Amino acid sequence: MIVEIGHYALVLALVLTLFQATFPLWGAIRRDAALVALGPYAAIAQFLLISVSFAALTYAYLVSDFSVSNVYENSHTLKPLIYKWSGVWGNHEGSMLLWVLILALFGAGVAVFSRNLPNDLLGATLAVQAMIAAAFLAFVLFASNPFLRLGPAPFEGRDLNPILQDPGLAIHPPLLYLGYVGYSIVFSFAAGALIVGRIDAAFARMLRPWNLVAWITLTLGIAMGSYWAYYELGWGGYWFWDPVENASLMPWLTGTALLHSAIVMEKREALKIWTILLAIITFSLSLLGTFLVRSGVLTSVHAFAVDPERGLFILIILIAFIGGSFTLFAFRARAMESGGLFAPVSREGALVLNNLFLAVAALAVLVGTLYPLALEGVTGQKISVGPPFFNLTIVPLMLPLFVAIPFGQRLAWKRGDLLGVAQRMVFAMGLSLLATLVVAYHIGRGPALAIIAIGLGIFILLASLDEIRERVMRGGTAGALHRLIGLPRTFLATALAHAGVGIMVIGIAFTAFEKEAIVSMKPGETVKLGEYSLTLRGIAPYSGPNYTSTVAHFVVHDGTRQVAELRPAKRVYIGRQMPTSEVGRHRVGFSEVYVAIGETSDGNHVDLRAYWKPFVTLIWIGPVLMALAGLLSLSDRRLRVGAPRVAARRPERLEPAE
Amino acid sequence: MSALSRRALVFGSLVLSGTAMAVQPGEQLKDAAQEARARKLSAELRCLVCQNQSIDDSDAELARDLRRLVRERISAGDSDSAIRQFLVARYGEFVLLRPPFSLSTALLWSLPAIALAGGIFAARSLFGRPAEAVATPESAPLAEAEKQALEALLARRDQA
Repeated sequence: MIVEIGHYALVLALVLTLFQATFPLWGAIRRDAALVALGPYAAIAQFLLISVSFAALTYAYLVSDFSVSNVYENSHTLKPLIYKWSGVWGNHEGSMLLWVLILALFGAGVAVFSRNLPNDLLGATLAVQAMIAAAFLAFVLFASNPFLRLGPAPFEGRDLNPILQDPGLAIHPPLLYLGYVGYSIVFSFAAGALIVGRIDAAFARMLRPWNLVAWITLTLGIAMGSYWAYYELGWGGYWFWDPVENASLMPWLTGTALLHSAIVMEKREALKIWTILLAIITFSLSLLGTFLVRSGVLTSVHAFAVDPERGLFILIILIAFIGGSFTLFAFRARAMESGGLFAPVSREGALVLNNLFLAVAALAVLVGTLYPLALEGVTGQKISVGPPFFNLTIVPLMLPLFVAIPFGQRLAWKRGDLLGVAQRMVFAMGLSLLATLVVAYHIGRGPALAIIAIGLGIFILLASLDEIRERVMRGGTAGALHRLIGLPRTFLATALAHAGVGIMVIGIAFTAFEKEAIVSMKPGETVKLGEYSLTLRGIAPYSGPNYTSTVAHFVVHDGTRQVAELRPAKRVYIGRQMPTSEVGRHRVGFSEVYVAIGETSDGNHVDLRAYWKPFVTLIWIGPVLMALAGLLSLSDRRLRVGAPRVAARRPERLEPAE
Repeated sequence: MSALSRRALVFGSLVLSGTAMAVQPGEQLKDAAQEARARKLSAELRCLVCQNQSIDDSDAELARDLRRLVRERISAGDSDSAIRQFLVARYGEFVLLRPPFSLSTALLWSLPAIALAGGIFAARSLFGRPAEAVATPESAPLAEAEKQALEALLARRDQA
């Protein structure tokens, strides 16, 4: 019964979105406030209905109702409670339900915080959001229904894929989806603004909090996914240039570009066309990612051709929204000519540079991901585009961008002084050079590019922190604390986010210096790993709630001192008879000793891969700092939608001086 | 299900059919320099039955066979490019994770550079525009209600 209520609520939500997609839009065009006022109510009701639906599916999972096909396929009575819960979105149908839930959440969010939005923009935005929701609700109901029943109900479920039985799965997809789908509201705002013709600085300001929310969660989602792959897949990599990873990276790249171009639009009324275009492109890339991941087209073009229903459905949605928005854009683009003037060397110029490199990087990822599919489709020729291609194209695009960060954030608006900026950074440059030399001396021999990248990361980090110091110390130490507290949060956020980039660059560069040992060991034997040594004590079986495993017991020594015990394991899950690897990790500062075991032969030998990974955790600490900086920026009172502006604190830098 | 977990699913299905780990202890060459060459080469060769995994990362039987093959050729004294040619002759260009530059991949390799050049060219127009263009023709005059709201906000600001 509860399952049917969930199903019914979803149908009601679909009907409601059709209502929400039409009347508020009509109101926005006719300037009829009463019609627009229906929008927020519909958006909130739609969110509540989809929540009911989601809760019903969750209930079916929690009580292991195997009469629901989706639960039978993906759950098991022995599964720990947290994985019954997270299993709701650990499969195609459930994850699409989460998709529409988050879509509705953002619509409802705009409805709740709509007090200061212009009436017509509100109506058009909510209508566009409802159109997206209608399309995806139809997809869920007609092509991916999680509420289908099975009769007779089986006694036991088929279990969730063991690799997905991890706390990371409970957090990673919802975070990633919040970002991925969050850009829907950015898209709806852009389309709404195009419909009602409100493309101005005020629009950029209204867009910013939503853009930030989507960006923060997407950043965290990608970082979380990368970290999860690092410890769960068992070979210690953090990024694989897999098409499904690329699918989340592309909207991140353009979303980051949007974050920067919207600043120019807000402060200087420039880059309007480009900003609107980026808003459209970013969500289009989210849709494309959904298509790539959901259609099976990645496995092979042929697999897609065999069972095209779902893929075709999303492809039609994709074409309709991208085509529709670009047509709307083409009609309105002429009306958007305008903008403040600026010199190439200026804050605006630096932000344009940022946009150029991020957009080209997104394009390179897009081309690399789609090219093999297109080539096979057109000529039948099969080629592979793998990590070497992406490393060769993306790294050269990122390096100039990273070099530009410390300069860009110090350049003045309209016309900057590059030499003056460089002079202000002499201290940070000297200190970075010194630190890099110390690092290079400690490492000894190594690839020069990696050393340079470490130096670059240190420079970005120090220059960002130095900018805060410079602002606080201006006028001496007296009152420094007061000035620190008084700094605009957006300024602090910029500096901290860029410091996060520096930290991430350092972490990535250090992967060139990891140490690896691939050996077969007997109990009592020891393997050297840089300054650490790893000794196998023994191998023992163990039984978990829904798996059996073989656990190897290692001790880690730093010289003669024992510093840790590690128990990496090989698990076999009972439901699917599938093996997984549980790695053993010992953290030393920001670095890690990492051990994964493989086959155990004759009960006495164990094959293993062990690594010393220097500063590896910086790879994820950097993005987390970027996300926290995003939160800080979100809390800036100037950004709260429509907040009345009390005299700006630093008009000489923040105001368009016209 | 997320992007990465999807990848994990693919990985998982391979574990089923394969052995335990990627490069295994017994496979390695005695000569450290040769082994390093083998690792570098394997990282750029695709495991043909896997989804986007190199033979260095993959657990599949085929990947293991290819790793052995690469090491045999290295021991026999073949150069890296000779080994690549040998594998392409056997499996086609699909085996190379770094597609060689050719007529059919020209667009793939050149598009980022073309886009960068085009972007720089387009950005130049931002810098040289006449000042008259600042006017915004599409912005409609304020409605009466908006005017009142603006005045109220300004009054509040003045009080603060």
